[in-house]
Amino acid sequence: MAICAALLHVLLALVLAPLLLGIINRTKALVAGRRGQPLLQTYYDLAKLLCKGAVYSRTTTWVFRMGPVVALAGLLLVLPMIPLGGVPAVVAFQGDLLLVAYLLGVARFATVLAALDTGSSFEGMGASREVQFSALAEPALILGLAAMAVQAAQALQAQPLSLTAIYAAIRPETLPQAGPVLLLVAAALAAVFLAENARIPVDDPNTHLELTMIHEVMVLDHGGPDFALIQYTAALKLWVLGTLLVGVLVPVRSGWPLVDLLAGVLGLGILAVFTGLVESTLARLRLVRVPQFLVAASVLSILALFLVLR
Amino acid sequence: MLFWLDLVLVLLVLTNLRLLGSSRLASCIRTVAAQAVLLGVLPLVAHPHDVSLRVVALCLAGAAMKAGVLPWLLRRAVVSANVRSEVEPLVGFTTSLLLGIVLLGVAIHVAGQLPLPDDAGSPLLMPVALFTTVVGLFVIVSRVKAVMQALGYLAMENGVYAFGLAFAVHEPLLVEMGILLDVFVAVLVMGITIHHISREFEHIDTDRLSSLKD
Repeated sequence: MAICAALLHVLLALVLAPLLLGIINRTKALVAGRRGQPLLQTYYDLAKLLCKGAVYSRTTTWVFRMGPVVALAGLLLVLPMIPLGGVPAVVAFQGDLLLVAYLLGVARFATVLAALDTGSSFEGMGASREVQFSALAEPALILGLAAMAVQAAQALQAQPLSLTAIYAAIRPETLPQAGPVLLLVAAALAAVFLAENARIPVDDPNTHLELTMIHEVMVLDHGGPDFALIQYTAALKLWVLGTLLVGVLVPVRSGWPLVDLLAGVLGLGILAVFTGLVESTLARLRLVRVPQFLVAASVLSILALFLVLR
Repeated sequence: MLFWLDLVLVLLVLTNLRLLGSSRLASCIRTVAAQAVLLGVLPLVAHPHDVSLRVVALCLAGAAMKAGVLPWLLRRAVVSANVRSEVEPLVGFTTSLLLGIVLLGVAIHVAGQLPLPDDAGSPLLMPVALFTTVVGLFVIVSRVKAVMQALGYLAMENGVYAFGLAFAVHEPLLVEMGILLDVFVAVLVMGITIHHISREFEHIDTDRLSSLKD
């Protein structure tokens, strides 16, 4: 039963991930008073891009062609290791949270290498920013998960180091005691979610202004099927990091994996709406202020860790 | 009840971190005011069993003074001194935040060594009180504007108040009223001083006052 729900979660993630981008864009359009693009626009874009041919610059090498494939492979490997709240992951073992963090890192590294391989100074700038900001976002993610692991260890009298066990330990009845810690971790994870997915206030996914772009600027030279892979990878990353956040914020642990799955997927939809609202109401931070935003997220994670360790 | 106490204490830590990370004078003043409101709630959630009308009245008076009157005085000083609304730190905001979290670790360690009364409420109360005091001190030494030094002084006083709260509920409130009076006078004097400094020197940067001649 649980393994069926876990497999169903991976399947749903593969199918529904681009829909999250559609929901975000639709929310932004509605708040701005427009009708907006169709909810399924990302799917149309992907289909169109996949039908096109690829054009490669003569200065690029195999590294450039490898980038999107490795990034997608990294995300596809991460997906079975991510639990959605009470729904266990397909694969769970001690320490899988570190593997998840570093597989995301490998995906990022491949994208950065591909950007540098084009030889464009413009893409090099984007790669530099991406690496700088993700280096600051990673401590927030790892320390936040570590705080939750310690919390779970105290609740279960065991040493759970797999994401599935950590998220299963968050139960409605432990909330009064664990509430402050979980709220702090959730805030840190939300900052990581926005930063890693290149959303406002860290990066603007719609802008094409060289001074402000981070993620978009790295993938300017990719076209056709390669760009489709990159878009799909971005959607999967949104789903994966969103899942980590929703698992904390939606403590539905009914014992029925399918009910948990439904609650989790609904939670992801609501998270997408919230992301759209954040993007509609906030301005992008000045580039020099972004590190401060990410350090603040890390500080929240460290504070949560202090609270559980004291 | 421990949940609410812990929540208030965590919010107090967050106000301290915001005081360290914020770049605007106005938002720093708001942060210290919010801190005063949280401290006003603290006795009610820390000792829910002996909440009397007197305790509520004392808390309300303290919160009204520190969240209403004193911020108003400081805001007026800022407006009349006509200063720019940036904080101008000697230590950068990111560094301040990181130092802040180190200070919190030190506070938790030191509080662990102190002998505590049994009815202190939450084990978090003492570290947070120490942390608030140290952050106030840090703000005083690391910010240029005289207004920020008044704010750091207020944060220190908040920390001392929370420290007293760990021991009993009635007596520290009486002591608090005494301190509050001192703080009121001090902030009033600081407000006037800020005004005078800015009128004489066209700025309120304390690090430049040493180059005074004649």
